[in-house]
Amino acid sequence: MYILRRFLQTSFVLFGVSVVTFLMLHVAPGHPLQSNPEMRLDPTAVERWLQLRQLDRPLFGRYISWLSRLFRGDFGVSLLYNRPVTELMAERLPSTLLLTVTAFVISLLLAVIIGTYAARYQDSACDRVVNIMSIAGNSLPGFWLGILLVIVFSYKNQLFPAAGMRTPGDGSPADIARHMFLPLSVMVFANFSYYVRYVRGAVLAVLKQDFVRAAKSRGLNDRQLLFRHVLPNAAIPVVTIAALSLPMLFTGAMTAEYVFAWPGIGRFIVSSLLARDYPVVMTVNLYTACLVALANLLADLLYLLIDPRLRVKR
Amino acid sequence: MLLFERGTLELWTGLVIIILLGAAALFAPFLSTHAPFRTNPENWLCPPCKEHLFGTDRLGRDLFSRVLYGGRFSMAVGCLSMLLSVGIGLCAGLIAGSYGGIVDETVMRLTDIVLVFPTMLLVLSLIALFEPEPWMVVLVIGGTGWPGIARLVRGEVLQLKEAEFVSSARMLGAGRFRIIRYHLLPNAVAPVLVAATLCVPAAIMMEAGLGYFGVGVQPPVPTWGNMLREAQLYLRHAWWYAFFPGLFLFLTVFGFQLTGEGLRKKWGLSPSVRRG
Repeated sequence: MYILRRFLQTSFVLFGVSVVTFLMLHVAPGHPLQSNPEMRLDPTAVERWLQLRQLDRPLFGRYISWLSRLFRGDFGVSLLYNRPVTELMAERLPSTLLLTVTAFVISLLLAVIIGTYAARYQDSACDRVVNIMSIAGNSLPGFWLGILLVIVFSYKNQLFPAAGMRTPGDGSPADIARHMFLPLSVMVFANFSYYVRYVRGAVLAVLKQDFVRAAKSRGLNDRQLLFRHVLPNAAIPVVTIAALSLPMLFTGAMTAEYVFAWPGIGRFIVSSLLARDYPVVMTVNLYTACLVALANLLADLLYLLIDPRLRVKR
Repeated sequence: MLLFERGTLELWTGLVIIILLGAAALFAPFLSTHAPFRTNPENWLCPPCKEHLFGTDRLGRDLFSRVLYGGRFSMAVGCLSMLLSVGIGLCAGLIAGSYGGIVDETVMRLTDIVLVFPTMLLVLSLIALFEPEPWMVVLVIGGTGWPGIARLVRGEVLQLKEAEFVSSARMLGAGRFRIIRYHLLPNAVAPVLVAATLCVPAAIMMEAGLGYFGVGVQPPVPTWGNMLREAQLYLRHAWWYAFFPGLFLFLTVFGFQLTGEGLRKKWGLSPSVRRG
């Protein structure tokens, strides 16, 4: 029943997303014809052009046909590259995944280890440092951190390249890793400061419970207590955060990719936005919003899977 | 000791940072050593010195003065967007929470629809559709920041509705608006205030991001974001050009985040997970 309800809600949200995207596409100022002087001259050509693109039909009819084209996998053609948007995005997905998945794994691991440690020694010097670091990390603008890293590591000392993914003529894994280092650092730092707060909070909440005290009084040592009782129970909030950041893996990090000219989806999104390539912008919005809606649904279903107690409660 | 009570240190450090930077922005005309728009082509990209505390930019304009003036804009956008977000969020949350039923369902699904768009992407798309006028920037940033607050307020209202003092007020014949005004709102102040405090740095960061991507308020009006964008072409030669605008941006956001975190700890609220 609960699952059915969530499915219905998600499909309603997806419907809303498609309407919003469609409307955004159509309130865009600048009729396509206004930017094409040749067509403005000949009224019959204008009419034919409108008919060809079905722009002469009422808004609702256009929405329906747009939607049916979406379901057939036709997301429109980029104005800038004159190629299908799906093709352009598919080309950029691998380099984005390389960056985002690595950043995700590293930052989540770091956050779990350091967050658990900080919670275990609550209010110690280490805990305070982690706390302040995470607030500072959340306040640090990604593009500024990126710029500082470029100044220090690429210009003052030539340790890491400032932009791109590979040196022309060299595409070895070592070369790519060297290019990846700076964008990866920016992303790991940002994600880590975000995750660590939740890990720390989740572990702290579990540590305060009676069953932990009971286990401790039964003589379990720190390690047994941690792996058998604390971490499994602290998993839910952490899994939520992880599931909710899954869409980010596919959309890339707009800032980090833009600053370091990483040839991925994030940079493609920004450059299309700046070039006002509307079909791309709208496809990207639709694509990301759908991913986020599905990730939300996934997070809720994961709860039920991880914690059998919830199945009864709901 | 009082200073080390939960959250006190964060709260006061944050407030001091905000007040200092706010004063610097407010009194920019008195504090600045040069006119922010006066160019001096002979003295371009001059490193920090006595005459120019933060150095000069590509047109020889004094960076210290420009950073101070940039703060006015960032703070104004941050606060105005926050007011807009809190206003919309409060109304939506109160309506959804106190009416319940189909009204609640509709408002919350609308909130979900806005929430599933990543904020930065939505703001960038909307700005790309319209014009980067200052009031448009406020409208777009404020108009996309409200769903989190709406959810929060709704949650509070749903909890408070069960409280006995609300039932007793209803039984005594208080109308819906009287209950909202005298019983629900005053009791929901703490979490909303924390959320509002955290809304300001988010808006400031968003505005700077827009400026950095080149779709925010256009130069020559100095904002921290568009200064960073200009600086990017001169990173190799002029570290100060990018360093100081970014530092002020970071400190401002940090100050607000610390204040919000301090308030949150003081009032014993738990951090909420933003979905979307």
